[in-house]
This record gives sequence, C-alpha cells and structure tokens, in this order.
Amino acid sequence: MLREVRPAIVLLLGLTAITGLGYPLAMTGIAETIMPSQAQGSLITRDGKIVGSSLIGQEFKGDEYFHGRPSATLGPDPQDSTKTVPQPYNAVNSMGSNLGPTSKALIDRVKEDVEKLKAENPSMPVPIDLVTTSGSGLDPNISPEGALFQVPRVAKARKLPEDRVRQLVTDKVEGRLGGLLGEPRVNVLALNLALDAAAPK
Amino acid sequence: MTTIGWIQIALYCAVVLALVKPLGGYMTSVFSGERTFLSPILRPVEAGLYWVAGVDEKREQHWLTYTVAMLLFHAAGFLGLYAVIRLQGVLPFNPAGQSAVAEDLSFNTAISFITNTNWQNYGGESTMSYLTQMLGLTVHNFLSAAAGIALAIALIRGFARSSMRTIGNFWVDIVRCTLYVLLPICVVYTLFLVWQGIPQTLGAYVDATTLEGAKQTIAVGPVASQVAIKMLGTNGGGFFNANAAHPFENPTALSNFIQMISIFALGAAMTNVFGRMVGNPRQGWAILAVMGVLFIAGVAVTYGAEASGTTGLNALGLTGGNMEGKELRFGIVASSLFAVVTTAASCGAVNAMHDSFTAIGGMIPLINMQLGEIIVGGVGAGLYGMLLFVVLAIFVAGLMVGRTPEYVGKKIEAREVKMAMLAILVLPLMYLGWTAVAVVLPSAVASMANAGPHGFTEVLYAFTSATGNNGSAFGGLTGNTFFYNLTLASSMFVGRFFMIVPAMAMAGSLAAKKSIAPSAGTLPTTGGLFVGLVIGVILIIGGLTFFPALALGPIVEHLAMTANTLF
Repeated sequence: MLREVRPAIVLLLGLTAITGLGYPLAMTGIAETIMPSQAQGSLITRDGKIVGSSLIGQEFKGDEYFHGRPSATLGPDPQDSTKTVPQPYNAVNSMGSNLGPTSKALIDRVKEDVEKLKAENPSMPVPIDLVTTSGSGLDPNISPEGALFQVPRVAKARKLPEDRVRQLVTDKVEGRLGGLLGEPRVNVLALNLALDAAAPK
Repeated sequence: MTTIGWIQIALYCAVVLALVKPLGGYMTSVFSGERTFLSPILRPVEAGLYWVAGVDEKREQHWLTYTVAMLLFHAAGFLGLYAVIRLQGVLPFNPAGQSAVAEDLSFNTAISFITNTNWQNYGGESTMSYLTQMLGLTVHNFLSAAAGIALAIALIRGFARSSMRTIGNFWVDIVRCTLYVLLPICVVYTLFLVWQGIPQTLGAYVDATTLEGAKQTIAVGPVASQVAIKMLGTNGGGFFNANAAHPFENPTALSNFIQMISIFALGAAMTNVFGRMVGNPRQGWAILAVMGVLFIAGVAVTYGAEASGTTGLNALGLTGGNMEGKELRFGIVASSLFAVVTTAASCGAVNAMHDSFTAIGGMIPLINMQLGEIIVGGVGAGLYGMLLFVVLAIFVAGLMVGRTPEYVGKKIEAREVKMAMLAILVLPLMYLGWTAVAVVLPSAVASMANAGPHGFTEVLYAFTSATGNNGSAFGGLTGNTFFYNLTLASSMFVGRFFMIVPAMAMAGSLAAKKSIAPSAGTLPTTGGLFVGLVIGVILIIGGLTFFPALALGPIVEHLAMTANTLF
C-alpha cells in the first residue's frame, strides 16, 4: 500500500499543473487573442466609456428607459457592512429570490408590482416576466410583450410617437435560434441604447 | 406545455443518443490502453507522468489496492485544495482581493469538490480568487470526474473478466481519463463557450457606468475553462453564485442546449462502454433504456408543473407558467429540462432557481437524486450506481423463480447482494438522518428561507443533494453555518466513498468468478422484461425509502398551493 503514496502525490501535482494552470492559462491566451471581446465580458462602450455588458442586465428606474425584470440581488448595507440590503442588478453577487410557490412574501411582492403596472398601462395584460425575478438577478432580457407593454410610458417620457418607439422594439426582437431553441426576447440595454440614439434626452 | 417545447426535448434526446456510440467506442479504446488519434501528442505526457510517479502501467491492482490508491489520491487532493482556499489571500491571481475563507466553509468546499458534489455554501464571485477557481476548483472538477469514470471502468472489468485477481490500475485509468477524454473535449468546448459569450480573462472586475449614471461592477474571470469541465464532468459548481443561470456562465439558448448535452454525454456513453466491454452492446442499451424511461417521465412531470404555473401567480391574472427564478432566454421548457437533467445526472448546475419551482416541479429533481442519481447519473458514478440496482433486480428475479441469478455471465451471490444493499442503504441514512436532526435544532431551522412545508423541503433537498453528490440546492437555505457546513460535508463524504468501497468490493469478487455461458434458464438481460424489472425495483426501493419524507414536503405543499394557502 505504501508504494501508492508516491504516485498519489506526484500525479496530483502533475495533473494539477496540467488542468489547473496549463489548461486555463492556455485557454485564456487563445480566447483573448481570437475572441477578445467575448473573453473580456462582451463590454459595450459609448463615447469611450464602458456602459455595461451586452450580456448583463442593469437597473433602469426612469420613465424614459425600458425597464428590465425585477432583480433579487443584494449588496452590502452602506450603514452596516455586516448586513445586506436589496441592490438590484448587483453584478458581483448574482442570485435569485428563492421564494417558493406558497410564499406569501412572493405573492405580496408580485401583487404590488402587478397593480403598479396595471395603473401604468391598463390596455394590455401584465406580462409575467415584468413581475418575476430571474434566477441570476442579472437577466439582460425581457419578452417582446414586456417591451411593448412599456411603449406608452417611454414614448410619453421621450416625447416620441408610440409607433416610432414600437418600431424600435420590433427591430430589437430576437427570435428563437433556428426557430427552435430559446425564447423570443429583447435585450433591454441594447434597446435603451437604440432609444438614446434615436432620441437624445 | 407547447409543441415547440416538446420538439426541443426530443431534439435533446436525439443528440444525446447519437453521441452514445462514438463516445462509447472512443472511451472503450482509451481504457483498453489502445492508441487513439490523440496519442501522438498525449502519449509522451502520459509516459512522462508515469515515469516521475514511478507507476508501472503494466502492473494491475487488486480491488483493495485500487481502492486505497483512489482514497490516497483524494486525501492528498483534499489537503491541497483546503490549503489553496485558506491561503488564497496571499497567493497570486487575486485581483478582487478575496481573503482567506473561514475554516468550516473551506472544509465543506474541499470535501464538496473532491467528492464531485460541488455544493456551494459560498458565492463564487464574492468569495473565491481566480487562483482558487483554477488551481483549486477547476482541478478537482477534472479529477473527481476522472476518478468516477475510473471506478466505473473497474467495476465493468469485474463483470467482463473471468477468474482474475485484478481490476486494472487506478493511476493509469485516472491519467488516461483526464488526458484523453476530459481535457481534449474541454479545450474545444471552452472555445465554443467563449464564442457564445462566456468570459475567459485574468483581468479584474470591470466598472461600468450605466445609462442612468449608476456604477455597476461586473465580475468576470477565467470562467469558460471552468464551465466546460463543470458540465462535462457532471460537477456543477458554478464560477458565479447563480451558476448556469448567470448570463456569463450560460449566455445563450445554444450554450444552454450544449451544456445540457454535455451533462449527459459521458454518462450515457458509459452504458455503451459497459456493453462493449462485457461483449454485448445490447446489455448497455438495455441499461440506457431503463434510464431513458425514468428520465422522460421526470421531464414530463416537471415541464407540465412549471408550465401550469402556481395558483398564487395565476390568481393575479399572470399567464405563461412559473417564471419566478427563471431566465427569460431559457423560458419554461429549457429551465424544466435543465433541472431534470442536472439532477438525473449528478451535475447540480442550475439554470433556474429550484427553490422557486412549483412543489411538484421541484419534487422531481429531489426524487431523481433520492433514487441515487442512476438516470444516466454522474460520470461513472451513475453507471456503478445503476449496476447496484441491476444486481438487486436480478437477485429479486432469481428469488421469484428459485434459481441462482446471473448477470452478463456472472453468478450473483450473497456477497454481491450484500455489497449492493450496503451501498444503497447508506444514502437514505444520511439524507433522512441529518434532515431529522436539522428540523429539531432551532439554529438549523433558522436557516430556512421559506416558511411552511417549503422550508422543510429546503433542508431535505440540501442533505439529499449533498449525499447524492449532486450539488444543486434549494438556494434559499442559508447553508454557510457551522452546523450545515459540517453535516453537509459528512453527507457528501459518506455518499461518495461509502458507495464506492462496496462497489469496488463487488468488482473484486466478480472479477474472481468464472464467466459462465447463458443457459435456457438464464433471464435475458437485454429485453423489455428486464428493463421493466429494473425500473420496478428502483421505484419500489425508492418509494419505500423516501415517500414519507416527500409527503411532508412537496406533496403537502402542492395540496396547500392548490387551496391557495400561503405561508
């Protein structure tokens, strides 16, 4: 049995060097050379400043932007660093709400959001993605219905005709891959960038 | 449920099935020591490792030596990993300045990764340095997966060999598995994932100024290289806290589809390796059929439940199924399918929060794990787990007709049945036992995030996942406490090694037996009768073991939900 000690240690070190340093470092080198944009996080710059990542949702609160889904991410409490407080779209602490199907807290939260949205746009049924939190809290997308639902509010805030804003949404709708995989969706950051380009605030 | 949803599921099954034969053939030649198309590059590395380690690749091991070698390798791995996590604050590749992880959490994490569980009581991006992710976690994603496959190969040799004392050489099996199977696939896979948008960088977290002028810090890192092996090796430990729900771990519908394929690919191919090595590929297909029936049943139930939504959400006039905790790009079908795949295999990666699933939708993942993760299962672990159930099923069939049972030419006798029972019974001892302890300890109850029966399910899920070496969670449970760190670690340890040792003992005793030719009285093990029998044994043993616990959790919660009772 003692003769197995040497291979245990040597092979652990050898395979660690190969899979823990050689492999990830080589992959980093190759990826950053041939796909630098993706390797660094698909960052978007505008006027020379990084405004976010095309894959990571960010918080939008104002009427003049399309809003993403509610986010359950937390961040440190500025008053007391041992506690956490809600900090939507915190991209260094991804998480979902983890509230279950019989959770009163969940239904109370959703109910409040549904009522707010109904008041904002009574002409359409409330799309479920606008009132449910995503698994990561960083979902970059909303459904096409979720975007169309917000058109009247955004158009009013931007002083644009609704048809114009609706057209911007339609242009940004991404379909299923090959008509099959995934769900139809709109990238909120991309839509808002298009909106800013079309009608500067 | 929609037609397009079912087409996605059918397409998924078709691709997995199409990969079984080619991957099975390749893996069989790798573990038979044959030359492969990668040998010109990899053989010098392999030979060099043996030379430095003093391994004679021609010398095979008795089952006991094989098992001891595996245990020593994991003991050394545990110490190394624990050290890296504890020392990360003073080691390089730490641009986010992560400090040393606490003792109990480091202990839990080290056990978690050597046992192929990859349970996360930590949030990756807020706890671990890049060095820990690479040198600690990525490494054990490879090694625990390779060890699982090696052990399954050893058990297969037990069935395939006749009157032999040895079952292979652990060092050769683990080196060949890592170099010839896992690493080459991961190299290609990583580049695919980067192309889809997964970061692969050593640069620091990025500060962005959002359109509304707020500051958003975005965590990045060497993600793709870890995600590749996390999926392929059915490990499941995420680079980020939200795991495969995080857009940087699973950015597109295509990356999601391929990730689900890669969870099942090697495990499904192992059934083909089994068939080939025992000399009749149909034996492998029969086992895959058992897995397939249980899998499709699980998918149908979870997909149906999630698509129907919850009573509370539906009552508010919302339609489109239960979207709480799900990513929009995956929707109901790809989230439901992923949940069933990841728990059928012992992966444990999640692309949606299982804690927010409907009661019935979340019960299927729980059942998949409680059955021992034998529906394809973890790489290697799934096959040896399934073979334990096959031995029991054959034994039951033998009792019914009063003959000594046989399987692939081996008589199944008292020793094999005892070992199979030992391995199977130790699992519920852990997850039911610790759940019972946790629900009477006020400090452990305080960790529950949801009230009512859902809180109980969170605890049951945690210990089931840990014992099954799955690693998925009802994530609301605050697991990073002294109690849970230690009890979950003990569940992971027992669930892994107390299953492996009896399985290896069985491999040894089978290898020593003579192979006998089938006679007129032998139960054919390639037909529908056998498949039905194994499914029956799995469900009866499972049902008797955990039905009472399910009744207290998801079943009562479902009844409460339909009555629109909230907690």
